Amino acid sequence: MSLTNEELLEMQRRMVRIRRFDERASKMVKRGQIPGTVHTSIGQEAQVVGACMALGDDDYMSGNHRSHGHPIGKGSPLGPLMAELVGKSGGVCGGKGGSLHLADFAVGSLGESGIVGSSIPIATGAALSSKVLGNGKVSLAFFGDGAANQGCLYEAMNLAGVWQLPVVFLCENNQYALSTPAHTVTSGVIADRAAGFGMPGVRVEDGQDAMAVYDAVSTAVERARAGDGPTLVEVVTYRYNEHSEGLRLGTDYRNADERTQWLERDPIVLFRRHLVETGVATDEEMDALEAEVLDEVEQAFQFSQDSPFPDPEVAFRDLYTEPIGVTS
Amino acid sequence: MSAQRTTRITLAKGLNMGLRRAMEDDPKVLVMGEDVGKLGGVFRITDGLQKDFGEDRVIDSPLAESGIVGTAVGMALRGYRPVVEIQFDGFVYPAYDQIVCQVAKMCYRSKGRTPMPMVIRIPFGGGIGAVEHHSESPEAQFAHTPGLKVVACSNPVDGYWMIQQAIASDDPVVFLEPKRQYHADKADLDETTTPEPLFASRVVRRGTDATVVAYGPTVKTAMRAAEAAATEGQSLEVVDLRTLSPLDLDPVYDSVRRTGRLVVCHEAHVNLGMGAEVAARVAEECFYSLEAPVLRVGGFDTPYPASRIEEDFLPDLDRVLDAVDRSLAY
Ligand SMILES: Cc1ncc(C[n+]2csc(CCOP(=O)(O)OP(=O)(O)O)c2C)c(N)n1
Ligand SMILES: [Mg+2]
Repeated sequence: MSLTNEELLEMQRRMVRIRRFDERASKMVKRGQIPGTVHTSIGQEAQVVGACMALGDDDYMSGNHRSHGHPIGKGSPLGPLMAELVGKSGGVCGGKGGSLHLADFAVGSLGESGIVGSSIPIATGAALSSKVLGNGKVSLAFFGDGAANQGCLYEAMNLAGVWQLPVVFLCENNQYALSTPAHTVTSGVIADRAAGFGMPGVRVEDGQDAMAVYDAVSTAVERARAGDGPTLVEVVTYRYNEHSEGLRLGTDYRNADERTQWLERDPIVLFRRHLVETGVATDEEMDALEAEVLDEVEQAFQFSQDSPFPDPEVAFRDLYTEPIGVTS
Repeated sequence: MSAQRTTRITLAKGLNMGLRRAMEDDPKVLVMGEDVGKLGGVFRITDGLQKDFGEDRVIDSPLAESGIVGTAVGMALRGYRPVVEIQFDGFVYPAYDQIVCQVAKMCYRSKGRTPMPMVIRIPFGGGIGAVEHHSESPEAQFAHTPGLKVVACSNPVDGYWMIQQAIASDDPVVFLEPKRQYHADKADLDETTTPEPLFASRVVRRGTDATVVAYGPTVKTAMRAAEAAATEGQSLEVVDLRTLSPLDLDPVYDSVRRTGRLVVCHEAHVNLGMGAEVAARVAEECFYSLEAPVLRVGGFDTPYPASRIEEDFLPDLDRVLDAVDRSLAY
């Protein structure tokens, strides 16, 4: 379960990638270069990457509307992701998914969905296939504290428990669903809900610590791979930006002190310090890594600009494998 | 007789004022939904209501649509008049079971003992740069369900009155609000007038050459098309359906008997959309008056597309005028 120096650096690289990618995306929304809005993973990088690095390349994951971090955390190249946000033909989904459904199937994604909660049973189904095939692949379902109140989570947890499926339910508890504080709508502790389904429930209190997340999820993944069934992992974290870019919720639904405290536990700053202090990298090396990532993001931006818009005709394609003809 | 009071309002404001007045008039009216309380809803339709009516009457619920609507059913059974907000059209599907299997059928299966005086508000339609789930038009799925009433407002003044009338109705009403119109146009509201009945369609522009039927967001499209057509010497009559279930088609029949031509326009997919029902009934009632087949202009039969090309998906002035031309040339 211990990571090599190279893997530790990769962990930091992916976190920085998410941060810079999302900062750029936020700017692009404000400049009108991305239609609609995007939900960033800024502030939640440790929770995303810590979980993704605990998975193997062939393992599955499903996500939600806050979907940029997941593919980046699993190692996707940035260009096609950025192009997807812009709606270009070079996007990972050819421009049809957009920010809400930014899914890179090449890195094991089972899809990201704008319908909060609905992808959790899908990850569970992929885990059932792994069990039947005996191929050792694990599924991980990302979902928020808001989604934790959707009934389909509990249908999925029951199925996973009773069939002992290799799935990890990963609750990204950033403490708010849009403007709604989790504590006002959540009965009890989310991780404790696992007990009712006879599976372990783990709460990572410091979701800004990438290693803490990695350790908890690795334990769950190993259990799953060994055939010992599902685990619910709740990671407590915080989103630094607004629910979505450009949205102004305009009320003091999050107090400023709270935000300041979480900003002080910036996962990227923390992990960099850890890497330098433990001698994994020097400050100069970390600076170089950050510069490389900035460069990658710039190239991704260029890629997104150079890629052509899809032919409007593609709107009629891929609805069925055997087209039935469009009736209007 | 009270003095005339005129206010200039947007659709968002009209709905907000209407909700407020309904809550003042009847203490059994309550509002439930995601982010409706402190925030006042993502579109701010319930703005200020929790502050003034308290947390027991404006309830911030968990993210759980099936739970929200199911809970509202229980409240309605006990004499309340819940107004449920679904945040965006596409998020109604997790609640579909409760709406179709419980809300719609309670009254019937209890031999009338348990009416469902509930309103399910759904911001619907596209044009805001969003994608699937945020831009859909699911009205036909509800209008197809016996036991539900379905209405769609198209302008600020209707928003104000129709929401109150829907709340006052003892039957469940799926209340569709064209989200792209929320802040688009202003109109003068006189709160002292008597509104038209809720379940009635309305001729919003008189004309003689062809009839265009629309509702919700496409009423504006149809009106603009009529203006453009007028400059080319074509006189279009426009009907705002307002109510989709029950349908009130007498004004449409009357219109078609005069014009002989009908174009139905909605954002929803054409296949089995409201236009199909309108066309069938007009064929039944006005067969000998029709000079051309009834034409439908609507969303294509694909999922709502990426926002880049939503303007190609949505019926616009050109597509309506094109259909009118085809009808006139038939
Ligand atoms: C079924 C459904 N209901 C409502 C929404 C609108 N919505 C989008 S994100 C969101 C909050 C989600 O909160 P959470 O699950 O905690 O995820 P977070 O945004 O905090 O990452 C809401 C209410 C939706 N997308 N889907
Ligand atoms: Mg959350």
